Amino acid sequence: MSTLSLGGGRTIPAKYVPVMVTACLFAAMFLAGGVRYEGFATGQIVLNVFIDNAFLLIVAVGMTFVILTGGIDLSVGSVVALSTMIAASLMSGPGWPPYVVVPLVLLVGSGLGLVMGYLIHAFDIQPFIVTLAGMFLARGLCYTIGTESIPITDPTFTVFAQTRLDLFADLWISPSVVIAAVVVVVAAYVLHYTRLGRAVYATGGSEQSALLMGLPVGRTKVAVYTISGFCSALGGVVLSFYMLSGYGLHAVGMELDAIAAVVIGGTLLTGGTGFLLGTVLGVLVLGLIQTILSFEGTLSSWWTKIVIGLLLFAFILLQRLFSARSRL
Amino acid sequence: MDAPAPVLRMSGIGKQFPGVRALDRVDLRLLPGEVHALMGENGAGKSTLIKVLTGVHPADEGAVELDGRPVAFASPLEARQAGISTVYQEVNLCTNLSVAENILIGREPRRFGRIDWKRMRARARELLARMELDLDVSAPLSSYSLAIQQMVAIARALDVEARVLILDEPTSSLDADEVGQLFRVMRRLKEEGIAILFVTHFLDQVYEISDRMTILRNGRLVGEYLTRELSQVELVAKMIGQELEALDKLHGEARAFTRPLVEARELSRSGAIEPFSLTIHEGQVVGLAGLLGSGRTEVARLLFGADHPSGGQLAVRGEPVTLRTPRAAMNHKIAFCSENRKTDGLIEDLTVRENIVLALQATRGWTRPVPREQQDQLVAKYVKALRINPPNPEIPVRNLSGGNQQKVLLARWLILEPRLLILDEPTRGIDVGAKTEIQRLVAELSDGGVAVLFISAELEEVLRLSHKVAVLRDRRLIAELPNDDELTKEVIMETIASGGRT
Repeated sequence: MSTLSLGGGRTIPAKYVPVMVTACLFAAMFLAGGVRYEGFATGQIVLNVFIDNAFLLIVAVGMTFVILTGGIDLSVGSVVALSTMIAASLMSGPGWPPYVVVPLVLLVGSGLGLVMGYLIHAFDIQPFIVTLAGMFLARGLCYTIGTESIPITDPTFTVFAQTRLDLFADLWISPSVVIAAVVVVVAAYVLHYTRLGRAVYATGGSEQSALLMGLPVGRTKVAVYTISGFCSALGGVVLSFYMLSGYGLHAVGMELDAIAAVVIGGTLLTGGTGFLLGTVLGVLVLGLIQTILSFEGTLSSWWTKIVIGLLLFAFILLQRLFSARSRL
Repeated sequence: MDAPAPVLRMSGIGKQFPGVRALDRVDLRLLPGEVHALMGENGAGKSTLIKVLTGVHPADEGAVELDGRPVAFASPLEARQAGISTVYQEVNLCTNLSVAENILIGREPRRFGRIDWKRMRARARELLARMELDLDVSAPLSSYSLAIQQMVAIARALDVEARVLILDEPTSSLDADEVGQLFRVMRRLKEEGIAILFVTHFLDQVYEISDRMTILRNGRLVGEYLTRELSQVELVAKMIGQELEALDKLHGEARAFTRPLVEARELSRSGAIEPFSLTIHEGQVVGLAGLLGSGRTEVARLLFGADHPSGGQLAVRGEPVTLRTPRAAMNHKIAFCSENRKTDGLIEDLTVRENIVLALQATRGWTRPVPREQQDQLVAKYVKALRINPPNPEIPVRNLSGGNQQKVLLARWLILEPRLLILDEPTRGIDVGAKTEIQRLVAELSDGGVAVLFISAELEEVLRLSHKVAVLRDRRLIAELPNDDELTKEVIMETIASGGRT
């Protein structure tokens, strides 16, 4: 069975079910929060989740590409930290202007991704190992730049960080959210309407078959790690708007948050199945958990991790059930 | 009659793999508008030749000419772009993608670089219509059967301006109707002037569809023949390199079986098989006949404890038993050689020896390793007895051909000295020579008192070996027929068709 029947004879294709589950979960959490806490059920709460997690969303988009091919990228958190560090040091030390620094940071991140992708493809090494090495390398490079936190005082950055884009009815977002939204839209277009995107899905479905079908599997794999590197660097830039500092200890463990968001969004870790919309929902769910805990006030922030852990278990079990059922 | 110039000519192709000379100065030419069968036993080099042709492996020596121009393909992609399309033995598609995408991925219709999904689906429907198929092209491929997936693979191969279409055992998972449908498509393509290279183990199909054939043996060229000028017997003789011994009934004289080994009474599993009763005696070969999906494998899995029955009893030597796991079945000396040797049986990276001793080691437990000397002795005995080729127990199983892999799997179970051996399609996808060897082995085992449950889609084979044939249809055991002189292929087919004589 590839469809799930609903009441009234309507059916939805099985591939959308995990995304729908995540959407329902988000809606349920939002409603529960609204009932429990005063001033929770407003549009701004959702927008705040976007504002506080714009960098995570960007990084998770890159991670979605990698996981869709059946790979994994553990280096993203370190690349984010390295990006904030390079940006901060170049602007505060030699005083380089942001329009030089930002492209340079993006280039460094993409370059790191490209090298890792090339190693994975050319030497046929497990992505886990290569990106683990990349993770240590990037984190180590942060400390060769400096061991202390470097504040960012560049006026362009600070203005950008404090800008509020007003929407209708007292709602507002930050420019970072716009950047993240653009990244999501572009990425969704690439995944669904370009050959690269379809090759990503095919590679994740069966690498051997994709190769025999004449698809450029090697190029696709190198491309997804480059995209992930680019997204990490961009996430780093957005994080430095948010933090206004560069520090080697920024974004510790963020690779795991990104992976969690992608998985909760319904993308199979074995590759080939999943949607970018799911990743957006996954990031929203993670962000909303933090918001709820901050409303609760008394709970330790480590509860976030506990809830995320339980959710991950639940979603991986759910995926297992679905993939078992679709094979009947 | 003057033959037109060949589209494709391969000459003097040589290919060396570690420890194996896979191809030795092989020639092949394909003429436009002809179906050309590539024949040979497993391990004769057919698959390697195709892989060299399509750029999966580079050739060590020799030349390939397409339309008189020398070519060398570095990848399957280059080969397809030159007009050589291949449908491989295993369906090599991405089941997570839609049917339309599987047909057209890599050359999707685009507008300004954007994939035009609407045109893509229309084009896919058009191509499937050419093959008389009507599918929901936006459904994922995984929702269709293997046979349909195979057809989709062929539709994919057809979309390019193919000059040469290579079909590597496309019919092994298709039923008779689907084979007929495929042949209709092949004939149509032939009329369009496409050269088709067809590989199969079914001799009848070769004679039905092909015009010309090239025969390989042990990596060497035997020759090229017109199909109508070569009789089946001559063909088989050329493939195995010796005069074929008469393949008559191997089960010898009818014997009286008095000692029941395994008895199933009203055994069933809901959703898999209706209640059935079946008695297998010591030394008896029981054939299971029925169409694909009629419940043959399900019966075998129940008897081996791989699935749990939802009702009924099972007795081994008169004592009721419950087989919770395959391991419990192994303790009762029941062995099961599964249908899918690649995924369920062999571990490709281990050597022949390691694969053979695996089951013996498992029954002893990991704390008591089988001494190396004993391993070597046992393995040498079975490599010799089953004529596993190459006779080197220390090479990885992946380097062996399909038929030899099957023998390794058999050897694994035989060293356990089972009392009941369940063979699920042991001869599928393997060549005539290995087939007769396996059949002979079954007969020998039966003479030695081992009971065999023999499952095969080939009725001739079932008839030749079995003392008794159990016929399945729609997950129900409909008849048990003693294999006497009156039992013929036609009788079995009629039984399947009519649903039993009850």
